[in-house]
Amino acid sequence: MTNEQIAQDLVAQFGEERIFGITENYGILNVTTTTETIIPLMHYLYQHPTFKFQFLTDLGGIQFPDVPSHEFGVIYHLHSLENNIRLIIKLYVSRENIAVPTLTGLYACANWMEREAFDFYGITFTGHPKMERILNVEDMDYHPMRKEYPLEDATREDKIDALFGR
Amino acid sequence: MAEIALVSNPNVGLTKAQENKKYVNDLSTLNLGPTHPATHGIFQNILTMDGETIVDAEQTVGYIHRAFEKIAERRPLYQITTLTDRMNYCSSPINNMGWHMTVEKLLGIEVPKRAQYIRVIMMELARIADHIICNSILAVDTGALTGFLYVMQWREHIYEIYEEMCGARLTTNMGRFGGMERDLSKEAIRKINVLLDDFPKVLLEFEGLVKRNRIFMDRTKDVGMISAERALNYGFTGPNLRATGVDYDVRAMNPYSSYEDFEFEVPVGTKGDTYDRFLVRGEEMWQSLNIIKQALQNLPEGPYHADAPHYYLPEKQQVYSNMEALIYHFKIVMGEIDAPVGEVYHSVEGGNGELGFYLVSDGGRAPYRLKFRRPCFIYYQAFPEMIVGTTLSDAIVTMSSMNVIAGELDV
Repeated sequence: MTNEQIAQDLVAQFGEERIFGITENYGILNVTTTTETIIPLMHYLYQHPTFKFQFLTDLGGIQFPDVPSHEFGVIYHLHSLENNIRLIIKLYVSRENIAVPTLTGLYACANWMEREAFDFYGITFTGHPKMERILNVEDMDYHPMRKEYPLEDATREDKIDALFGR
Repeated sequence: MAEIALVSNPNVGLTKAQENKKYVNDLSTLNLGPTHPATHGIFQNILTMDGETIVDAEQTVGYIHRAFEKIAERRPLYQITTLTDRMNYCSSPINNMGWHMTVEKLLGIEVPKRAQYIRVIMMELARIADHIICNSILAVDTGALTGFLYVMQWREHIYEIYEEMCGARLTTNMGRFGGMERDLSKEAIRKINVLLDDFPKVLLEFEGLVKRNRIFMDRTKDVGMISAERALNYGFTGPNLRATGVDYDVRAMNPYSSYEDFEFEVPVGTKGDTYDRFLVRGEEMWQSLNIIKQALQNLPEGPYHADAPHYYLPEKQQVYSNMEALIYHFKIVMGEIDAPVGEVYHSVEGGNGELGFYLVSDGGRAPYRLKFRRPCFIYYQAFPEMIVGTTLSDAIVTMSSMNVIAGELDV
């Protein structure tokens, strides 16, 4: 079973409008999907007789402020322990339409990972049992990993980015 | 005054008991933590107790959240190594090496065999140090303090080996992109040989004290059990997963840093209880000793770092006498070297599970996004499920055997 076979199978099953952006990064297959498809896709991969992607390694958010139509992303890392193949699934949403369906129905471990993505990026997961912050304090009123919040104090003059190679 | 402050504190979780009207008169709420001597770290658990029995538990995490992923977005790649030290600080070299290998994958640097073997030795030493702490503290939590003090001197010995290699003990910042910052010194090899000769006797004695001890077995057997299915669903990795009977070990499944060259076994348990976790960690120490022995015997000759002048700091002597070395030194230290565009995921077998690094680079000097896959954060979610129905003392033992490290949990 190769990455190509998985990609072909997914496209055949879900269609090119719903499975796209197929690339391979350092041996790991990357596919992009849509908000509507993510839950059926995860169930399909979980129940597939040969693929058996039944282990959620990681889940995290990402932000691309320059692309408003898909500004926020969720990146799912799946691992088929039986075949020892990894798969990365990406999903992008806009700032206005930031809700993503939760994966807690399939993977118990998605619970805190989704809360972390919410905490850091403000991506809300619909249907999540407890959509609250996890690492930061409850009364924080912004999502700190967003790019609009630079890390260092912008008023400082002794730390010019160009001098520090940034 | 103190009482009023306690009641108005939102962290006091009375709500669960109040929701459950049926038991509201019988249940009591107990705050275990955030700072409790038995939890070895900053963890808060709001337990709902029915007499001695735990009915419900709710964790609060984030007490030592330091926003490493955010800080990493402003730092040149080599400065992130010091952040990884502070994740699982019981086995910092594994974190350092994992990060180095991730970046080397992105940069396409081929590390020489000798450096890979030295890395394996250091990582296995770190694994032993990690498991020494976890297992001996588990014994302390069941009442056996002697064994803990006895094996702890060997953790000290391992820290001395770290000192030989990098000058630091706890937060090691060991190695560089492309290899190690120095070769294994004679003194380091001597100390490793002392460890190989003398530590097995101590470990045997410790196991003799604890392993078949009636009190220890009664306290740990069938305590904090989890099935293999639930463990996989909860994203367990490392010794905790192997204790349930699943033989997933990153070193065996996706070998990195020449692990394919070594003969070792992946110990597994059967029931996934506290006793199994203890046994799996114990056996892993023996396997680690075995790996170190093989690596030291077959240590290849050759350079201990790759020829990667853009990323590997030049020798200090060269910096003073050689123009190119001076330029590279300046550029590296000032963080002026751009990383190539790419997305890379790399994982290593950390002290308590699969430690993954997902690095997205946009061609800048710092990562565009860096996500740490911390095993603790993921498997600690299962803690309430594992302790419901048991007593408070069993909960302490279960938590201790899971090896939850606050620094890794909260990054």
